[in-house]
Amino acid sequence: MEAILVFIFIAVGFAGWWLWHEKILDKPWTTEGTETDLRESIGTILPTRRTGLAVFLAVVTSVFALLVSAYFTRMELNDWHPVQEPGLLWFNTVLLILASVSIHWCSRSDKINTVKLMLLATGGFTVFFIIGQFMAWQQLVIEGYYLQSNPANAFFYLFTGLHGIHLLGGLWVWFGAMLRVFTGVEIEQAKISVQLCRTYWHFLLVIWMVIFALLLST
Amino acid sequence: MAYVALSDRGQVISHPHSWITKYVWSQDHKVIAIQYGITAIAVGVLALVLSAMMRLQLGFPDTLSIISPSEYYQYVTMHGMIMVIYLLTALFLGGFGNYLIPLMVGARDMVFPYMNMLSYWVYLVSVIILVASFFVPGGPTGAGWTLYPPQAIMHGTPGADWGIILMLVSLAVFIVAFTMGGLNYVTTVLQARTRGMTMIRLPLSVWGIFTATILGLLAFPALLVSAIMMTLDRLLGTSFFMPAIVSMGEQTSYDGGSPILFQHLFWFFGHPEVYIVALPAFGLVSDLLSTHARKNIFGYRMMVWAIVIIGALSFVVWAHHMYVSGMNPYFGFFFATTTLIIAVPTAIKVYNWVLTLWHGNIHLTVPMLFAIGFIFTFVHGGLTGIFLGNVVVDLPLSDTYFVVGHFHMVMGVSPILVVFGAIYHWYPKMTGRMFNSAMGKWHFWLTFLGTYAIYLPMHYLGFLGVPRRYFAYEGIDFIPESAMALNTQITVAALFVAVVQILFFVNIIWSMFKGPKADPNPWGATTLEWQTAETPPIHGNWGPELPGVYRWAYDYSVPGAEKDFIPQNQPPAPGEKVVI
Repeated sequence: MEAILVFIFIAVGFAGWWLWHEKILDKPWTTEGTETDLRESIGTILPTRRTGLAVFLAVVTSVFALLVSAYFTRMELNDWHPVQEPGLLWFNTVLLILASVSIHWCSRSDKINTVKLMLLATGGFTVFFIIGQFMAWQQLVIEGYYLQSNPANAFFYLFTGLHGIHLLGGLWVWFGAMLRVFTGVEIEQAKISVQLCRTYWHFLLVIWMVIFALLLST
Repeated sequence: MAYVALSDRGQVISHPHSWITKYVWSQDHKVIAIQYGITAIAVGVLALVLSAMMRLQLGFPDTLSIISPSEYYQYVTMHGMIMVIYLLTALFLGGFGNYLIPLMVGARDMVFPYMNMLSYWVYLVSVIILVASFFVPGGPTGAGWTLYPPQAIMHGTPGADWGIILMLVSLAVFIVAFTMGGLNYVTTVLQARTRGMTMIRLPLSVWGIFTATILGLLAFPALLVSAIMMTLDRLLGTSFFMPAIVSMGEQTSYDGGSPILFQHLFWFFGHPEVYIVALPAFGLVSDLLSTHARKNIFGYRMMVWAIVIIGALSFVVWAHHMYVSGMNPYFGFFFATTTLIIAVPTAIKVYNWVLTLWHGNIHLTVPMLFAIGFIFTFVHGGLTGIFLGNVVVDLPLSDTYFVVGHFHMVMGVSPILVVFGAIYHWYPKMTGRMFNSAMGKWHFWLTFLGTYAIYLPMHYLGFLGVPRRYFAYEGIDFIPESAMALNTQITVAALFVAVVQILFFVNIIWSMFKGPKADPNPWGATTLEWQTAETPPIHGNWGPELPGVYRWAYDYSVPGAEKDFIPQNQPPAPGEKVVI
């Protein structure tokens, strides 16, 4: 359970830091009448949707940290036979990096054509990544690494499957951003959507890197 | 001033007019709260009926044979699961969280109203899946609410065919619903507080619900992960949790899995879950006590810190549920220590509640009775928890009725008393009418004394060594006749308390139509939800302008003040001395 505990300690540390900045040591009964809002003075005002996404990312981190914890615990038992990871995963990793780069480019660009192109590219790379992951599954099945036959295989499918589901969820938001960008309505909303997608794609890239490194090293 | 722009979107909110958009597909946090509340209480009544069936079997094993052993286990399981997750978690966070957070922080609604609405409907789906398991072949799962593998998915356990799958799916759906709601509660507290409402000025109700939601968001994934893995074990034949095992004389295809891994994952969720239920109760009861004692809460900052510290510590005590699982004794020592440490902030809270009452101007209203009742039951259940937190005491008492008595006192009766107190307290605001006080007092006294008649004897049964989870106790030599008599008495008390709850339902339903019109602020409370222009508050909560906050939530009986309370949104009078 080390992985999840490390995450919890980080979360608690962050909470402590934040609460300290929110002046949790102040005596509220002595500050009657003052109207200063602490969020202004320390500049932590974020758009609401970004805060919501940040909280959601903490939840997703918790899911994967727990899976990693379970992975380590289960690995110690003696029936564990490591998976020979297909080389295709390296190619998929490059695709996901490209998706991350293009969404980053998209969010930084002011030219509407670049935005459109990069947004399309993000979706394309992501869809290809997911297809690639499917093909990796098929290769494993052909090589005889069935879900049932070993816990290492089962964890492989579980990790990649859950990661893929989270990407599919991201594509849902991406689709909304596409609609807004290509129809040209609610351009402010579209900007926020693209920024949210950027954060989410980078996050899922990091998660994938961690999972991939873990799978390769064990 | 970005936060004003986003929290005061008065023009953006469109007021729905048709009955459907107003009461069914509503995005108003108050309607969603009541939907959550009604659903949770309805399914809770089902769980109450199940417990009555169990008690009938235990109290009159020979004379009444209504249920079979399989049904007994199914009822035990469903009773526990419903009460902990589908009633208490949903009611405190989905119900009170939804109703109180936007009103108390001075917002017009949750920050993501559409997702909030979705949260309720997904929750309803999870409840329907859960209840559906009563109607599938083999019935609901009888694995116990902890769903321990391997037996949870082995043939021979009731509901191993369909029941367990529906249970796991229902939990996963519930977690999705909770996550959607939880993102709302947390983000609303972070982003939508009105002008002047700093974190340290928040009412303790909001602190409790806020912290509990964060615990839920981080802890429910453990249940999600274990539910997914167990579903794979059950449906696709993986061996995450399932060891090599012989079932009904046949070797199963499982091999090498770790049931202990499930226990770790389950309790990594399960222990924070205790505080997901307890922290909102702590917060709500603090506000009840302070308001009805006409006195500021004793040690407000200490109360806030205690909530936060309990929340953090709740993640490092989970294995005290697993002392008998054969884990390393050094682990046991570690977890016993953390368990005793978490008792310190909890004790601070109890002292502060009592000291809030000390020299207060106590109004023994119905909500206040429930709040004071909570202090009794919580101290009681908390103290037996310190017994069980020690490994050497836990080992002999584990799996006896002592444990049943303990956890029902601390996380059954205590939170439910707060639920009742809080419903009575906010009832005038929610409905605009006053409940019948006399009936409420009868409800309190019969419930409070009745629950003691149920759970105190259970501790004694536990000392005798009477094991829990047994369908019948015939032919067990060490259990004396008197224990059986006690069991009968417990059953009579339990049935009595169950029937008494009719008083509550009659009262709130009757008063909704016939009760006298309530004053907008009948208790003289300081927090913002009592200062709305309309009672019940309309969609959007506030008039054209959001209230500004000028003081903390506990300015009761301030010397020299005109009334014995000063609302949070009342500006300081010119020349009023600011105490520093």
